[in-house]
Amino acid sequence: MCGIVGLFAKDKRLEPQLGALLSDMLITMSDRGPDSAGVAVYGHGHDGRAKITLQNGDPDADLDALVAALRHATGETIAATRRGTHAVLELGAGAVNAARRILIDRFAEWRVMSTGGAIEIYKEVGLPARVVEAFDVPGMTGTHGIGHTRMATESAVTTHGAHPFSTGADECLVHNGSLSNHNNIRRDLARKGLTFETENDSEVAAAYLTDRMNDGADLGQALECALRDLDGFFTFVVGTRDGFGVLRDPIACKPAVMAETDRFVAFGSEYRALVDLPGIEGARVWEPEPATVYFWRH
Amino acid sequence: MTAELLDLAQTPLRDINAALQAQARGGNRTRWEIANPRGSHALAVGLDAPIEVTIRGSTGYYCGGMNKQATVRIAGSAGPGVAENMMSGRVIVDGDASQYAGATGRGGLLVVNGNAASRCGISMKGIDIVVRGNIGHSSAFMAQKGNLVVLGDAGEGLGDSIYEARLFVRGTVSSLGADCTEKEMRPEHLALLDRLLKDAGMDDARPDQFRRYGSARTLYNFNIDNASAY
Repeated sequence: MCGIVGLFAKDKRLEPQLGALLSDMLITMSDRGPDSAGVAVYGHGHDGRAKITLQNGDPDADLDALVAALRHATGETIAATRRGTHAVLELGAGAVNAARRILIDRFAEWRVMSTGGAIEIYKEVGLPARVVEAFDVPGMTGTHGIGHTRMATESAVTTHGAHPFSTGADECLVHNGSLSNHNNIRRDLARKGLTFETENDSEVAAAYLTDRMNDGADLGQALECALRDLDGFFTFVVGTRDGFGVLRDPIACKPAVMAETDRFVAFGSEYRALVDLPGIEGARVWEPEPATVYFWRH
Repeated sequence: MTAELLDLAQTPLRDINAALQAQARGGNRTRWEIANPRGSHALAVGLDAPIEVTIRGSTGYYCGGMNKQATVRIAGSAGPGVAENMMSGRVIVDGDASQYAGATGRGGLLVVNGNAASRCGISMKGIDIVVRGNIGHSSAFMAQKGNLVVLGDAGEGLGDSIYEARLFVRGTVSSLGADCTEKEMRPEHLALLDRLLKDAGMDDARPDQFRRYGSARTLYNFNIDNASAY
C-alpha cells in the first residue's frame, strides 16, 4: 500500500491553493497508509537565497540559540520560521554547506529534512490530517508539491523513515513499493561519498537519482537509468526545483492515476485523490504506462 | 419507468450496496442510478437480480465484483479489479479500466469501451471480455475458459501459461507468453466472434480482421527433458 499524491501547477493562479489542494488529496489517501505522512512543497525562492528545513522532536528545543550560533559562524543574516516540529532557515545560498556542517557537528538533534532554493519538506508519524494541520500545509503557496502517506514495510515507523526523501538540493522522492537490490546500490553510492540517514529502500532510490543528476543527467534521463538499475516494485513521484516526474516499474502492480489540464498535472495512487481538483471533469485522466518516464518542467 | 436514484454524496456506500443487493430477494425496481461515485471502492458488488445499474462517474477498486444477472454500466472509468469474479450479467465501462479487469470471472460479459491496463482477464474462468482499445501486459495470464476480444493492441506476455480460453486480437501483440500460440481461425470462431462483437455493441469491427491465440498445450504434462530446469 502507501498513498502518493502530486500536483504540478501550470497556471500561476493555482499556486496560492497548492498547499490546500495537496493536503486534501493526501487526506483522501489516508487509508492506504496510516503510519506517517509528509509533503514536499516547492515555494518561490529568492535569488541567491536558500532554505534549510530542519526537524527536532523536542518542542522546547531552542531555535534562537541555533540561529544565533549559525549567524555568528557564517556571518549570514538568517531568517527562521518554526512550523510544528520543523523549522525553515533562509540564508545565503553560498553558506548552505557551511551551515550544514555546523548543524551536523554541533546541533545533531536538529535533523536536516531538505536544502535548496525552493523546497521545504515536512513529515511526521501519524495520519495525514494531523500531519498537514501540524505544519499548516493548507496555507502554503507553491509551484508544485508531492505528498505521501506511509504503510511501513522496509524500515521503522519514524519521522525519518517517512517520505518524501531528499538527498540533493531541491530534490525529493516518494515511493510506493519495495526495492530488492537497495543494499547493493546503497553500498555503491556510499563508496562514491553519498550519505544515508536511514535503512530505508526509498532513500536509496532518492540518492540514486541524485547521483545520476550530479553526473549531469536531467530528471528524465535519471529516471530512464533507474529503470535499468533498480530492481523491485515501485511507483515513484519525484520533484526537482522546476520539474515533476513519475515512473512505474515494468510490472506496475502499484497503482497510479494521472490527470492533466491546461492548469495542472496531478498524480494520485487512486482516482479518489483527484476528484476535487478544479476542472477535473474536463481533464485528461489516464493510467501511466509501466516502464515509461513521465516528466514535466516549468 | 424512471430510475431509482442513489446519491453517494448523501447515502453511505454500504446502504447503497445493501439496497441493490436486496433486489435479489424480490423487488420491482429494475433501474437504478448512482450519482457521485468519486472513485469509491466496491460499488455495486455482489448483485444477484436482473436489474440495470448506471453509475454516473468513475469508480475505484472492484466495481461490479461478483456480479450475477445485473447489468452495471460505469459512465466513466473503472479502477483496479472491475467485474472481478463476475458470474453472469454484464458490466460495461464507458471509459478505461485499470489493472486486472474481469479477473477470475466465471461468466457474463465485460465490455470496456476505452483501454484496459495490465493483467486484463487474468485467470479468467468462463467470462467474456471485449475491449475496444488496447490491453496491457500479462493479460489472460493462466486463463482457463472464456473469450477475450481486443479491438486494439495487446501488451507483452499475452496468454502466459494459458489453459483453454480463446483470445482474439485485431491489432498487434507485443509478445505472447509461455505456451500461448497463434491458432487458425475456423468458421466456428468467426461465428463466435461475430456474436461477441454484436453483443458488446462493437458494430464497426468485422470478425475476419482478428487473429486467434490460445494454448499450445505443452505445459499440460510435465516433460522429463525439462527436469534439469527445476
